[in-house]
Amino acid sequence: MRRRVLALAQIAPTIGDLAQNFAVHQAKIAESQAAGADLVIFPELSLTGYQLQDLAPEVAMRRTDPRLAALAKLTSGGPSAVVSFVESTDDHRLFAAAALLEGGEVRHVTRKCYLPTYGLFDERRFLAAGDAIRATRAALGGSAAGDVGIGIGVCEDFWHPTLPAILAQDGAELLINVAAGPARGASVDADQGLGSAASWGTLLRATAALTTSYVAFTNRVGVDESLIFWGGSRVIGPDGVVIAEAPLFEEALLLAEIDLDEVARARSALPLLRDERLELTRREYDRIIATRAGLEEA
Amino acid sequence: MNVESGQAPHDELAIDPEMVAAMCRSFITSHVASTGAERVVLGLSGGIDSALVAYLAAAAIGADRLVVVLMPTASSSPSSKADAEAIVSDLGCQSEIISIEAPLAALIANLPAGESVTPVRRGNMAARLRMTTLYDRSALHRGVVVGTGNKSEILIGYSTIFGDAASAFNPIGDLYKTQVRELSRHLGVPTQIIEKAPSADLWPGQTDEGEGGFDYPTLDRVLYRIVDRRLPLEDVIAEGFDRDFVTRVSEMIRRSEFKRQMPPIAKVGGRSSGSDYLYPRRRPKLD
Repeated sequence: MRRRVLALAQIAPTIGDLAQNFAVHQAKIAESQAAGADLVIFPELSLTGYQLQDLAPEVAMRRTDPRLAALAKLTSGGPSAVVSFVESTDDHRLFAAAALLEGGEVRHVTRKCYLPTYGLFDERRFLAAGDAIRATRAALGGSAAGDVGIGIGVCEDFWHPTLPAILAQDGAELLINVAAGPARGASVDADQGLGSAASWGTLLRATAALTTSYVAFTNRVGVDESLIFWGGSRVIGPDGVVIAEAPLFEEALLLAEIDLDEVARARSALPLLRDERLELTRREYDRIIATRAGLEEA
Repeated sequence: MNVESGQAPHDELAIDPEMVAAMCRSFITSHVASTGAERVVLGLSGGIDSALVAYLAAAAIGADRLVVVLMPTASSSPSSKADAEAIVSDLGCQSEIISIEAPLAALIANLPAGESVTPVRRGNMAARLRMTTLYDRSALHRGVVVGTGNKSEILIGYSTIFGDAASAFNPIGDLYKTQVRELSRHLGVPTQIIEKAPSADLWPGQTDEGEGGFDYPTLDRVLYRIVDRRLPLEDVIAEGFDRDFVTRVSEMIRRSEFKRQMPPIAKVGGRSSGSDYLYPRRRPKLD
């Protein structure tokens, strides 16, 4: 059995206050360790806050930043952690990034590929979009390094179903989404009375079922400007059934035990990933790309 | 009732009041914390909107940190004062009565001789005097002024810019009047306040619906279609709403856009407030 305990840190980051947010991360990592967690997952831009606008370059960090390295040190002998920050690069681009901290160091960084810039969102104005979708392997408290395949997406990334699909094809058994999802669409007709909670709920269960993977979704709470983040962090099994779920709008540390051998069993019973036609998908996308570019007749 | 199906019509504006109350509490708590204010200050009129905000604020940060200010004029209805006092008594919050009659009369008396003041001008003066009073009280109490305008009146522009529309933050400005009523019932706002006809209380017997020639349930359904659902007016009319009314609502929205925005600043330099100098309104000092 490959059992792991996940801790979803549903926190309310303070916008722009790196010192305060680092302190919260340290406390939650310690709390997760005390609770026996193997991995603690923080929400999108957990170290900086979300609605940064022109503050983004001022709070940005290199992935080698000593403050991040110091936080990573806590994962030596403690739980692994996924934290999120604004990453700056040598060529002065800024990304919404999520880092896997494990064994005392920064092991892997994912950059948000899909930056929503519509409606209440304005991310592309301030940030660059990532250009890579990569799963990675992690120990997550196990004895063998790289025992577990994980894939990390940042919020909107999962609304483009190719992204979690590619992560699963690339070896992820546990899909992690770190989110800063603003509440909207309050209506008695929606699940939990909230349109955004209902649509995310549907999306996350479908993503787990279609990729026959565990999905861990950590969404933040608290408020940035007009936006009220709804929380509702949850863990979903490879059958699409919710295993554990945090409350709406309140800070929480949600613990959930998963058994990654369930992924193997789910994929034997329902070999969707095995049967995926990557070459067919690529061929059809290539055709559509060429047609849109006027290189091929419609 | 839907005549054909025999079922009550679907209420598209119905909310889960506990869920929405949780959102509003979170919003208030967070903004009070980020401003560093010790108290919330709001103008309590005796109407439902300010009553609801008072109940939400008391639930969010405690009634002991809520200061409500009653600011009547000579023409304010006595029942408004009684209703406001019922709220104060129910919540156990601090309250102040500061009549704005004397400054209002002084403003009017100070006008050029022979100039008469229309009810609208007088109403705007009263709204801005209340704003002045609230901001001054908030300085005294180390508080922050919380807004009490609802989505319906914000969208049709039924408010005074820099008057009742002025606040540090507004927890109910995205709730239609019908939703304000639903949430108020849930939070235990006194029934007489929920059921009385909404009024700006500018002159005796005035009501919003009488003055504006609409009823809020219909107005809200039209606003919801135009604003939230982005429907073309013809589609709204095709659903059975009165053509003249839909057109009038659309015009009220169009004519009041300026009330929902900060004034534009002429862009002259390289980086300008409101255009390309964009920060969260509260931010900590960075190292």
